[in-house]
Amino acid sequence: MKALAAAAVALALLIALALLAPQWLVFMAMLALAKGVVVLGLVVLMRTGLVSFGQGLYFGIGAYAAALLSHQWHIADAAVMLLAAAAAGGLIAALLGLLLARYRDIFFAMLSLALSMILYGLLVKSAALGSTDGFNLHARTFFGMAFASGMERRVFLIAGSACAVVAALMVHRLLGRHWGRLASAVRDNELRVSYLGASPYRVVYVNYLIAGALAGFGGALAALAVGHVDPETTYWTTSGEFVFIAILGGTQSIIAPFVAAAIFEALRTIASQYAPNVWQMSLGLAMLAIIMFQPAGLWSLAERWRRSA
Amino acid sequence: MNAVLTAEGLKKSFGAVTAAANISLAFDANTVVSLIGANGAGKTTFLNMVTGYLKPDSGRIMFDRRNIVGLSPRQITKLGVSRSFQVPQLFQTLNVRDNLLIAESIAGAKDPQAATDAALARFALEPYGHQQAGLLPEGIRKLLDVAMALSSRSKLLLLDEPTSSVSADEKFAIMDVVMGAARAAGVTVIFVEHDMDIVARFAGRVVAFYDGGIIADGTPDTVLRADSVRRYVIGDEVPHAAA
Amino acid sequence: MSNILPVAFDGIAYGSWLFLMSAGLTLIYGVMRILNVAHGSLYALGAYAACSFASAWLNGGLPAAGSFGMLLLAAIVVGGLVGPLLERGLLQWMYGKDEVVLVLITYAVFLIMEDVIKLVWGVDSLLLPEPYALPGNFSLGGLAYPAYNLLLIGMALVTGLALVWALYRTRQGKLLLAVIHDREMSMAMGINVSRFYLATFTVGATLAALGGALTAPTVAVTPGIGVEVIVLAFAVVVIGGLGSLGGAALGALLVGLVRSATVRYWPEAELFSIYAVMAIVLIARPKGLFAAQEARKI
Ligand SMILES: Nc1ncnc2c1ncn2[C@@H]1O[C@H](COP(=O)(O)OP(=O)(O)OP(=O)(O)O)[C@@H](O)[C@H]1O
Ligand SMILES: [Mg+2]
Repeated sequence: MKALAAAAVALALLIALALLAPQWLVFMAMLALAKGVVVLGLVVLMRTGLVSFGQGLYFGIGAYAAALLSHQWHIADAAVMLLAAAAAGGLIAALLGLLLARYRDIFFAMLSLALSMILYGLLVKSAALGSTDGFNLHARTFFGMAFASGMERRVFLIAGSACAVVAALMVHRLLGRHWGRLASAVRDNELRVSYLGASPYRVVYVNYLIAGALAGFGGALAALAVGHVDPETTYWTTSGEFVFIAILGGTQSIIAPFVAAAIFEALRTIASQYAPNVWQMSLGLAMLAIIMFQPAGLWSLAERWRRSA
Repeated sequence: MNAVLTAEGLKKSFGAVTAAANISLAFDANTVVSLIGANGAGKTTFLNMVTGYLKPDSGRIMFDRRNIVGLSPRQITKLGVSRSFQVPQLFQTLNVRDNLLIAESIAGAKDPQAATDAALARFALEPYGHQQAGLLPEGIRKLLDVAMALSSRSKLLLLDEPTSSVSADEKFAIMDVVMGAARAAGVTVIFVEHDMDIVARFAGRVVAFYDGGIIADGTPDTVLRADSVRRYVIGDEVPHAAA
Repeated sequence: MSNILPVAFDGIAYGSWLFLMSAGLTLIYGVMRILNVAHGSLYALGAYAACSFASAWLNGGLPAAGSFGMLLLAAIVVGGLVGPLLERGLLQWMYGKDEVVLVLITYAVFLIMEDVIKLVWGVDSLLLPEPYALPGNFSLGGLAYPAYNLLLIGMALVTGLALVWALYRTRQGKLLLAVIHDREMSMAMGINVSRFYLATFTVGATLAALGGALTAPTVAVTPGIGVEVIVLAFAVVVIGGLGSLGGAALGALLVGLVRSATVRYWPEAELFSIYAVMAIVLIARPKGLFAAQEARKI
């Protein structure tokens, strides 16, 4: 019930923001939301003890899926794009997961990185998809409804928010139950999980699939915000950014990925204005500081503060 | 005779080391059997083969009239064989309650919370319910390991040194709790043990391992008194040793 | 048939370069269990330092052949300064952490160094064409090849042999092998593990810088040149088996040949082919070609 109330409040705030904020803020919020959803998936994986350095793969798949709908098939409906992107991400994850779910630790991290780089390599060289430049996409309707120009982005933000809130609630539900404990169990000791009669492989596989679908959705949302896709979406530095945001927020809460993504986007916007040359350095320093002093993520700070208050 | 588990001609070697040299054993339902033997004799290897962690180089393992060689630990667990480990295999970052709750949920308990409460009580673990498993004293970790094994409502319970790394005065208390729970669950128990007092007190039958083979098998009285067992397992000076 | 020779030569040259990059990476992992993302930064630093050193040399009117010496000097200076700085100043406090966390820590270092490089050298490309042009071309079977690539191959051979000699023929090297084999045991035996970590990291850093310094004459040195290299080196090291020097050599050669063949016959698949090789190797041997596929003892 508490979760439902929190979700309702978050959604109300996001809708207010979508309707009232200036365009640049709407744009920023869409990007933050998109990344928050990807990181939510990453958090599900991290609860299982796995870090993927290749979520850019699904982010890119989602973005390109949305863009291709508009570009190749002239389907300019945002709802179709978002759903198709999540489905595409989930589908590819369902395939690659069969392989990846066998790996752990650094091998899982590196193999997922390699798979994302394979897609990057394909995109960069594929002239039909615009090579390194990528191409533009246009979404004009939402479930067939058209809007005054200038309003589209606001509507897409509302739609994205609704989906993200529902997704976050579902993940919250899932992790709060046996499945969430089982994920922690796989992280702590797979041998014991097998010897209790459950399959660690299946747990990893399903969570990988969830992460893939969420990242696909995030990719489409980001593409809708930017109006453009390029291979950078699948590059390892994009994946690294997701890992960074996950570390920033920590894995203990379902809201943390979104808050962390918002902080990240805000800082990036400020940095690109005032200090473009030390942006990466600040990221690096922040990451070191978190790992050393706040390994559970910034969220745990907020928790402690709330408890002592 | 109603054997739950039958091993026939099990062989396993690791390079030059023979960990199992043609082992054949049958275990009857509702008995308590102890496996003894010096370090490296092949006791754990035997349990590993029975539970599918290691595949024997040759031989058969029949459980419930079915050859289980080649099945995975998970499949064998589901058939009704569960085990504890020499080094307890717990979910280190979770608390005792959650460890048991996961076990009960996987086992398909109708009401996992209630089943967990019952298990906590049965193993006298209530005072530790909210402590993190990784930080517990060894004796408690051993108990929790067994409690998790028993949650799967198996027919056969394998315990690998349930009292090792536990202080001498705690050993009997731990075994009392473990055996009480096992009896209540009606399982057949095979336990590996180095402490001969424990063996004599709790086992109805003793099997002595040496160098991958079996050198004695019978009641505690006869096996623990056999010369070969005293020399190769217990490490006594045997006065009139036959060369 | 006439295509085989250039493909092989290019592949071996590219593989040599990859080996220089991945030898240090795999060595550091083998000894310290750190998959060092900052290896890419050390590569970039080497390239930049090489530009600065060699340009200073050439602008001073000194004999052009000496610029090769400057490339080596740049690598040694970068490795000898930044390597110990990173190991003593940061990494030595992190040992024992989860391997994935260590990846994140070195990723953070990588991000920091990216900007440090921009602050020191600016964002414009640097060019250092002289050392590449100087030795000219040589011809083989009627085709001309850049002689500089021979230098690259030579450096890789020398480095590989030197590493093998140091590891298997010297006392210190044998001790290091003991550390790789079993750290706890080595510590218990009184081996000063911390000193070996420092030495290993410095050598690894120098090799990365050497890779960068030797690349500087062949490309425009721009911010971000370390970004792609690091993933490539990862791929090679993972193919060979983390921590295996022989594996890195074989992986480098394999990737080098596959790449030059695809560049020749199917240029669109260049990047794709490299990572596809890695994926295929890992599918067949989950821990790489030369790694022990051991099970946990319970
Ligand atoms: N996975 C393995 N790989 C290599 N050798 C092994 C493996 N498992 C066991 N061995 C070897 O097989 C022999 C028997 O080992 P096992 O663990 O079965 O002995 P044990 O009777 O359980 O001894 P302990 O009382 O010390 O637990 C030993 O020499 C051991 O080193
Ligand atoms: Mg044993």
